[in-house]
This record gives sequence, C-alpha cells and structure tokens, in this order.
Amino acid sequence: MKLVLSQEQQELRAAVRAFLAAASPPPRAREGYDPAVYARLNGELGLAGLLVAEEYGGAGAGFADLAVALEETGAVLLPGPFLATTFAAIALAGVPDKELLTGIAEGRIAATLARPHTGIPLRDGTVTGTLPQVLSGMEADVLLLPATTGDGLVMTAVDLHGEGVTRTPLETLDITRGQARVELGGAAARVLGPAPAGVGDRLAVALAAEQLGVMRAALDAIVAYAKVRVAFGRYIGSYQGVKHKLADMHGKLEQAESIVRYAAWAADESPDELPEAAALAQAYVGRACFEVARDHLLLHGGIGYTWEHDAHLYYKRAKTDEVLLGPPRAHRARLADLLEL
Amino acid sequence: MNLADYRRAARAWLQENAPSDDGPDGDPIARAKDFMARLHDAGYSGITWPQRWGGQGLTQEEERAFAAEAKDHTLPTYVFSIGLGMTGPTLVDRGTDEQRERFLRPLLRGEEIWCQLFSEPGAGSDVASLQTRAVRDGADWVVNGQKVWTSVAHHADWGLLLARTDVDVPKHRGLTMFVVDMRHPGVTVRPLRDMSGRANFNEIFFDDVHIPDEHRVGEVNDGWSVAVTTLLHERLSISAGVGMGGQRDNPASLEALRRTLDTSDPLVRDELVELHIRTRALALFNQRLAQETNAGQFPGARGSAAKLLLAELYLFQADLATRLTGPESVVGDHPLGFTVAAAPGMALGGGTNEIMRNIVGDRVLNLPPEPRVDKTVPFKDLKVGTQE
Repeated sequence: MKLVLSQEQQELRAAVRAFLAAASPPPRAREGYDPAVYARLNGELGLAGLLVAEEYGGAGAGFADLAVALEETGAVLLPGPFLATTFAAIALAGVPDKELLTGIAEGRIAATLARPHTGIPLRDGTVTGTLPQVLSGMEADVLLLPATTGDGLVMTAVDLHGEGVTRTPLETLDITRGQARVELGGAAARVLGPAPAGVGDRLAVALAAEQLGVMRAALDAIVAYAKVRVAFGRYIGSYQGVKHKLADMHGKLEQAESIVRYAAWAADESPDELPEAAALAQAYVGRACFEVARDHLLLHGGIGYTWEHDAHLYYKRAKTDEVLLGPPRAHRARLADLLEL
Repeated sequence: MNLADYRRAARAWLQENAPSDDGPDGDPIARAKDFMARLHDAGYSGITWPQRWGGQGLTQEEERAFAAEAKDHTLPTYVFSIGLGMTGPTLVDRGTDEQRERFLRPLLRGEEIWCQLFSEPGAGSDVASLQTRAVRDGADWVVNGQKVWTSVAHHADWGLLLARTDVDVPKHRGLTMFVVDMRHPGVTVRPLRDMSGRANFNEIFFDDVHIPDEHRVGEVNDGWSVAVTTLLHERLSISAGVGMGGQRDNPASLEALRRTLDTSDPLVRDELVELHIRTRALALFNQRLAQETNAGQFPGARGSAAKLLLAELYLFQADLATRLTGPESVVGDHPLGFTVAAAPGMALGGGTNEIMRNIVGDRVLNLPPEPRVDKTVPFKDLKVGTQE
C-alpha cells in the first residue's frame, strides 16, 4: 500500500498547481466555464488524457496520479467539464470501443456520464427519455449512456450536439460547475460494448480526490485569515475557540488524504480492496469535506456569508459533491454490505 | 526480506510464542520479562532502534507490520511501553554513548522497567511549571519533590526525571533531564487507583535522592528540549500502538460488537459503519505517517493530531458499544463496563485533547500563539499550581 506521493507525483502537483494559480484562480470560478483554460489544461498538461492508455493517445497514468490532478482542480473549484470528462474516461476504459478516448485525451471532446443507470432502452440505435441531472451537461459534447437491450446493459455514446437532443441548463447551488437536464427524443446512440462493471467505485475515488482538494483549500484559506484578522486586540487564530476548531479540521484533512491515497492505490493495484476503499472514501471524505468547508465559512464571520467572498463557493461545491454520486447513506449502506454486517 | 514476508514471519512467531492468555499463574512481571527476552532474541524488540544499541535498525513499516500482527494477541508488554515508546527513544536521540550502552539493551530485553517522571500535582498540561528541585552537590544532584500520574512506576527500575535546576530564569530555561534510580531509598512510590479501578499509575515522592551527574540527559537547564523530544515520541508511540500489547480482546471493536448485536437492525448497522469509518480513517493516517517517516519526513507535531484522534476514537467506541449493547453493559463484570470507565484515560494521559489541539494549531498550522504571561518571568516570581 502506498500512501505518500512519489517524486513524479509531487512534480505533477506543482505543475498543475502553478498552471491553475495563473489560469484559473478561485475568484475566476464564479465566471464559469472557460473553454480556453480547459483547452490549455488538456493541451499543456494533458490532464484529460491522464487515465487514457498511451496507445489511445493518453498518458497511461493511474488513479494515484489522477488524484493529484483532481485535488488541484478541486482546490481552485475549476469550472467546466473536467470531472465529468474524467468520469466518462473511467467508464470508457472498460468498453471495447476506444475511439472516443483518443478525442478525450487530445482535449477535442468533453464528455459526461449519465448516472445512475436510467433504464432508458436502446431501440433501433436510438434512445428516448429524460435525464434530469447531467453533470456539465451543457459543456459536454458527448453523453455516455448505459442503455438497456435484450442482451443486457450496453454503454452507448450520444452526440449532444445531434438531432433529438434538448439540453436545458439547471439552476444549481454550485455556481462554479453546472448541470443540465437532457431530453433525448430518438437521439442516435452508438453502442460501444457491454456496460462495464466497477465504474461506480472508480467514480467515487475520483470524486474523493476532488473533495480532498476542496477541503484543503478551504482549510488553508481560513488558517491564513486567522493569522491576519484581529479581534479584541489579538489575531483570531490565537483564540482557542478558533484554534481548536482548526486543529480538528486539520485532523479531518489528514485522515481524508490518507483515505484518498489508499483508495487511489486500491484502484490501481488492488482491485479486491477497491469496493470497500471506494465506499469508505465517499462515506468519510464527502462528509469531512462539507464539514470543513462549512466551518471555514463560519469562522470567517459575517464576511463569509457574503456573495462577494469565496467561502460560499467552497461550501456549495462541497455540498454538491457530497450528494453527487447519490445520498451519502448509499455509500454507508454499501460499506455495511461489503463488511457483511 | 520484503514487508509481506516480514509480516508472515512475525505472524508465525507470534502464533508460536505469544502467551495463550494472561492467566493467573506465576508472577506476571516475571512472565512479562521472560517474554520480552524472547521477543528480543527473535528480533521484534526495538525494531526501529539502531543495531549498535540492541535494536534491529529496520523501519517504521516493519514496526507497524509487527504491531498489526500483534493486535491479534494479548502481549504482556504493557510494563515496558513507557521505556519502549518514550524514554528509550529519548536516550537514542539525546543520551550519551555511555547512557545508551548502559540502558538501552536491558530495556529492550525486558531486564529493566522504565517510567517517565514529568507531571506534578501543580503542573500537568503546563508541565514546564513543575517544582521538583534538583540541586548540584559535588558530583551528584540531589532531588526533592513530588511527581504524579506516573504509569508503571511501582514496577520501575529507572525513571526519566524532569526537574528544576534554576529558579532565577524563566520556567522553560531552568529545567534539566535526569535518569533516576527508582530503587534509591529516597524514592517513595504510592499507587493511585484510577476511575477504572486499576492502579497502573502512581504518585512519587523524592526525599534527598542522589543522582550522579553521568545520569544527566542533555545540558544543564536544557531539559525542556529533551522533554519535547520525549513528548513527541510519546504521541507517536501512542498513536502507533508501540508496546501497547494487543487489541484482540477489545470488547468495543467492530469485530466484537458484530458477534453480539443484531446487525440486521439498520440503526445498528449505520452506527457500526461509523465505527468502521473512524477506525479505518485513523489507521490509514497512522500508516501514512509511518510511510512518511520512512521516506525521511519526520511527522513531528502531526503525531499530536493522531493522538487526539485516537483519544476521540476510544471515547466514541466505548460510548457507542455501551449504547448499542444496553443495560447489561454496565453491571457485573461485563467487559464494556471497564472499557467505558477506562476510555477517558487516553484523552488525558500523554497530554489532554485541549493541549493536543493547541499543539496542532501552533506547530502544524502555525497559528499565532496565545499571549503568554509566563515566558519571560523568572520562575521564582511566577504563579503556579492551584491557588485560591
């Protein structure tokens, strides 16, 4: 089990961090998706192709590296379809038709994954039905849709710019990353192969890595503020009422990082451990991320409740992420099942 | 040997050699000493200590691999835990070669038992305000004063003693560390009964106890920096479970609770999942700290975060286990009665949770310190202890 970053991973982190600090610092997050930043993210850093095998134009890296990247994109609340495309790449890794992967690795195609399984049937190569919430549904070019057939569940690809597709942006709590309602009315769906198993576990690991970045940035922000903000003649970070809360938040961050490294390692190296590690990751990190983001907002005082301050952006991303893969009790129930309780 | 092989070998050795139970036969200290000698012969005592001083020169990975295997057994190593986890590593770091030569191998072989003499009735969280005096007398130091909360002192041969050697300077700058002979006639050890009913800790009185200057650890009046070394080791060893024996019989663990509770009850299931989540989260954090240590990155004050989380886990799981089990958990000799009574110990011993939070805030997050009135005042002018 490997829980510490390699030299290469530390270098990857430094490169992604430096790029995002210049191209997409947190205040930019409220301006929403910037395709130019996304193109550079994939062009200069090749992030969308991290998980894609080298033979399809990617870096052939594992979840341990992906987690490093997602932590950094989470820390700046990067808008746009990076997480959605990562989800799609995870699903595509398990299907025989790899054509889309090359487009994703090259940064030409932004994709998203329909979830949970919708029960939409495939009929004569077309799909009809409504997906009420699709992550980055307005920004994605392609929707990966598990569809039911007489031979079981297949993974299909739907061109979101094509005929029979109606997309409506949703008003979301998280103003930094959107969702859309997607109505499919006889839209063409290309079959990529049988729907792969184990995708949900890998999504859980990827999301936990983003959540780790969100909580780290939130804690860093309030720690920095506690060192400069003065009340009653003292820096607020010197008061135990503040300091002890920050210490508890630090403990959550340490444990969350340990779980994310473990779950990423399990995704790469130990498939038998992955289901439990993935459920643990969402059950612990999702909650911890929200609690840290919440307390970082509260400790800012009134300024943290204002629209102009960034604290609410972290709070809202953390809440949205916590429920992104289903209600948290689902992860806990799965963990109970895996523990054979 | 790779780690998996090491772990397999440790498992096999433990299965062969770990006592089947700590039954009533014979003198438990003699049995514990015998076991430690065999542990050392097998290479499992002082796993990370330098070979020169009787250790194995291996890494934290092996140490924790062995600890993980030892969790399945109840090892009689408790009386050695202070020496193995705290005073021994302090001598490894700060002792003279003569002190290391004299003390470390007997410690690792279980021939001598150690205790740590820092806290006093008037100086617990604020241990640097301690009042036990050591006064120079020719080649010796003469010690008078009182210590408290001293685990295993009633069995100890040696103690690591922090005493005041100068009252005319601020409190942190007038302390010196010593190794004191607990068999000296001026040392009186009185057991104290804790809230669980056990008498594992003591109060100690020093009446004109002589210590040769060769048993001074570090420079005169530099005892605080030595104590910080000890306390860092203390928190790390507590969080890593060094020398703590096994958790095999922990009646508040998930493994124990699932045997007795109706896990088809969704409320029980969810509580047990919470216990699993917290246990795993802390175990993985401790493993990450060990891997960082092996990579040359000493965790330092982050060990205090691990110790704080462990204390909270103990309180949580004992409380949870009794709530889930119900009324029978608090009567007769039900094991959970003892568990819940002992649970606050971890949140107090080795630094309270509040002190741990201060340390994490000050030294990990580098937050501004609280304003202090005690750092520049000569000790003799300082208000200390409990005052009406």
